[in-house]
Order: sequence, then C-alpha cells, then structure tokens
Amino acid sequence: MSLHTLPLPQLAAGLRGKKFSAVELARHFLARIEAHDRKLNSFVTVCGESALAEAAAADARLARGEGTPLTGIPLAQKDIFCTQGVRTACGSRMLDRFVAPYDATIVSRLKAAGTVMLGKCNMDEFAMGSSNETSWYGPVKNPWDLARVPGGSSGGSVAAVAAGLAAVATGTDTGGSIRQPAALTNLTGIKPTYGRVSRYGMIAFASSLDQAGVLARTAEDCAHVLAAMAGFDPLDSTSVDRPVPDYAAALAAPVKGLRIGLPREYFAAGLEAGTRAAVMAAVTQFEALGATVSEISLPNSPLSVPTYYVVAPAEASSNLARFDGVRYGHRAEGVKTLEELYKKSRGEGFGAEVRRRIMIGTYVLSHGYYDAYYLKAQKVRRLICDDFRRAFEKVDVVLGPTAQAPAFKLGDKTADPVAMYLNDIYTIAANLAGIPALSMPGGFVDGLPVGVQLMGNYFDEARLLNVAHQYQLATHWHKALPKGFE
Amino acid sequence: MALTADQIRQVAHLARLELPPEQVEKVARELSNILDMVDTLARADTSAAEPMAHPLDMSQRLRPDAVTEPDRRAALQAHAPAVRDGLYLVPKVIE
Repeated sequence: MSLHTLPLPQLAAGLRGKKFSAVELARHFLARIEAHDRKLNSFVTVCGESALAEAAAADARLARGEGTPLTGIPLAQKDIFCTQGVRTACGSRMLDRFVAPYDATIVSRLKAAGTVMLGKCNMDEFAMGSSNETSWYGPVKNPWDLARVPGGSSGGSVAAVAAGLAAVATGTDTGGSIRQPAALTNLTGIKPTYGRVSRYGMIAFASSLDQAGVLARTAEDCAHVLAAMAGFDPLDSTSVDRPVPDYAAALAAPVKGLRIGLPREYFAAGLEAGTRAAVMAAVTQFEALGATVSEISLPNSPLSVPTYYVVAPAEASSNLARFDGVRYGHRAEGVKTLEELYKKSRGEGFGAEVRRRIMIGTYVLSHGYYDAYYLKAQKVRRLICDDFRRAFEKVDVVLGPTAQAPAFKLGDKTADPVAMYLNDIYTIAANLAGIPALSMPGGFVDGLPVGVQLMGNYFDEARLLNVAHQYQLATHWHKALPKGFE
Repeated sequence: MALTADQIRQVAHLARLELPPEQVEKVARELSNILDMVDTLARADTSAAEPMAHPLDMSQRLRPDAVTEPDRRAALQAHAPAVRDGLYLVPKVIE
C-alpha cells in the first residue's frame, strides 16, 4: 500500500482500523523525505524526533478511542508559522537562527487535533515571490519537472505534498501564494476569506491581505484540515467571530443548479492556449453535472496587479520595520552607530526581492507620493471589490484559470521583477477583495499540471470545497502523480 | 516614472537599508519599471470610490482591562543578539 498517496479519510480509517500506526505512518513519510527531498529542497527543517513523539501520542489517543479525523496525520508547516522550539526562518537569512517562543494559533490548533508535524517547508523569503526562488535556503524544484519552479510563495509546501513527502501542508496566500503553486503542482489549495483563519503567529507580510490556508491532493482533504484551522481567535484583532460550518458535511451536495460565472477578463490575451482549453473542459464538465454557466465581467481586474504592488509593499515596509538587529533576527557585526546597525543588519538580512518591496513600499508611503500611489490604490481596491460584489448577485462561484500557463523554468523570470509579478494576475483580486478562492487540478499541458480557480462570496468556503469535491468525483486529474515520486 | 539614483539612496535611507553603491543604478531601473506598471492606476476613474483599507467592515474589539500575559521577558529576550540585565544592547547613541 502506498501510504503517501492515500487521502486523509483513508489514512484516518487505516489508523483507526489498526492497518498501520501513526508511528509507522510518520516513519514512512520521514523515510520519503530522506530519500527524495535532496532533489526538491522542499523542507528547510525536518523534525524527525518530535514527529515520532507526536505520532506515539496520537497512537495512544487513538487506542483510547479518542482523537479527531486528523489524529496521526503527518503534515508539513510552511516556515512562516511560528513553532515553539523549532526554528522559524520564513525563507530569510534575517531569521536563520530564530526559534519561535510560541506557536502560531493554527499550529497549536493542528497540534491539538493530533496532527504530526514532519517539518517546516521552504518558501519565498517573507512569502515574497511566485517561484520559490527568493528563499535564502535555495529554490524548490517542481516534482513534475525538476527544471521548473513549483510556484510560490508556498513552493516547499506544494512540492512536499505533490511528491508524497507529507500528507497535507499549510500555506499562506497574500496574492496567490497558495493557489498558484497548487496549480503548478496538481494540488488543491484553498485561501479562505480574510479573517476566517487566525493570523496570530504567522509572520506578517501584508496584513490586510495575508490569509492562511491548506494544500492537499483533494478538496475533501482541504475540508478536514481547514475545519481544524478556522475559527475565532482573540489573539488576532482581525479574526472574525463567526461559527465554522461543517465543511466535510457540505461536500456531498450536488452542483445541479449551481450558477458559475466566467469573467471575460480572465480569458483575455495572455492566457496560454492549452491552459485555456483545460479550463474550458472543466466548464464543460460542470455543465454536464448540471451547473449553469454565464459570462460575467470583472472590469477592474486588469488593475489588480498594479493595486497590489502598492498596497502589499506599503504594508510590508511597515511590517518588516520590526527587523532592526536589536530584538531578534540577524545583527551585523562591527558597526559603530545605531543607524549603521539598522542599515547593515537589514541590508545583510534581507534578500534582493524583499529589499525591493520594502523600498517600493517606503516610496509610495513617503511624503508627496502618498495620495498619488497609496490612496489611489486603496480607491481602486474598492472598485475591484465592488466588481465581485456585483458578480455574486448573479452567480454563486466565479471560475477561471489560476495561472496564465503551467510551471516555467527555474531562472526564467528572475531577471525581470515585473514579469514575475504578472504570474499572479488571476489570483491577486481575491486577496484585495478578501473573498475565498481555491485552485484545483484541471488537467495537463505537455505533462505539466494546470489549475482551475474557483472564487466565492465571503465565508463561502464550504461551497468552494463542495464544488471542487463534486468535480473531483467526476474527474481523475487530481489522482495523477509525478514520475519518480509514485 | 523614472527614479533617480538620489531618490533611490533617499528611499533606502528612509527604509534603513544599506544599499551598496554599485547596486543603486540597477535598483533604480527595477523600481522604475515597477512604478511604470503601477502608474496604470492613474487611468482608473476613482472619483466616486471610497478608499478601502481593509476587506472587512469591522471595528477594533475591546477587551476587559485585565492582565492576561505573564512576564516572559527572559524567554523573549533569549532571541536577542545582545542583552544584559534585561536590557537590549545597541551601539552608543549619546556620547
């Protein structure tokens, strides 16, 4: 039996039916990490010892007839989430030796559910990137083609799950960092509504956009993990106090009568032909399942990338001001003044992309430019948000591509930041509006996975997961495995 | 919008980022390209749009004015590069 390809419900049933123990399951995944990860670089820290201890505790819990659907499930945490006693480096030299003094809320919730943390996943530095090439720990490779990027910023998380080195992984999505890498590696990834999942202990990039979510093979797996992560947290002042629906129970509803909107702007020039064909095939599949499809317009969506590259760097420049070489993080040696300490520690601790975004953010917030850039972007953000509000008066979900094309080659876009930024052209709007969105496997172009994106109204995660699950019951794309990692 | 080398040096100073002199021109080009992309925002008619700072209409929650955090100074300072007697050490600020 290939334990690393089983969906969560089967893993949970196997654990309860004593077909294998949580310790055996953890050992299986740890052995796969050992055997395969040098090709991928998806983990920056492997927690072998603590994983086995957590697995033993899970076995004891299951033996008592206790536990949750996640007890004993081996998972990987994106290295942006603080983990008490385990290094949390966020892909940065700045935090290379930072051992978090507390757990992020989602880390403690997933621990309480009984998951087993295999390790911490590589990522773009401070989640700034779309290819996982900005990490201080080196790029991550795509298991579908080792010469290609896995997407980013949750590149390590997707590579680990796609290659069967973890059953599921967490991710974060500020402008597409869950959905775009999911699309590029044949996974299902959900970014919930802003405020649905606590941001406490998740290292901040752009605080009005950041949201944590799940990367897994199936929508059903996402439903189980999201259920354990979501919910009110008094430690996050933007956490929403609203009950979490039973995502797993909502999966079974048929999609007959579902109203799907196709935004014409998402199918305009720039969309690679094979990707367009795969997305349209998914549309046909939904029609066959009884959904009704109509064309809609999100007229301001072409402005989402420029809006994002004002709002996100502005917030990042403020959030990353905390890294000063004094309280924690990298500190430069041999400096004589406090100002020199700040400048040198930050200049050495941050990589080129992070420095770039801090400077853009500083510039757009600086005296004389605030109105022209920051205030203007906040107004356009409103227009983008209103587009969705109008769309959801007519349709239940918005469907389109997740990315313009399948995975590109390592190094292809590193020399041109703007070309890299345009990777997120279809994903950013959901972050600006704060709505939930999901990417699911929708086929292949030349052996490389294509993602189909579903966007929903606020707090409609249950519907997105339901729609994706129904699609996955009717299709087999999500079952395909990359060669060499079966 | 083309940024000059002087503007780049000023922004780097405001952000307290050391920028080696040989990188200034390259960074100026990159940031100018990004701002050119951003400048397309100017074309949008936002005369009727309220600025949106945040996706959710919410106000700051209040909580009872009670002590909820224990003193964790020692644990939190364990991560600092240089501390003594509970104080963070930095280069001399006042002569």
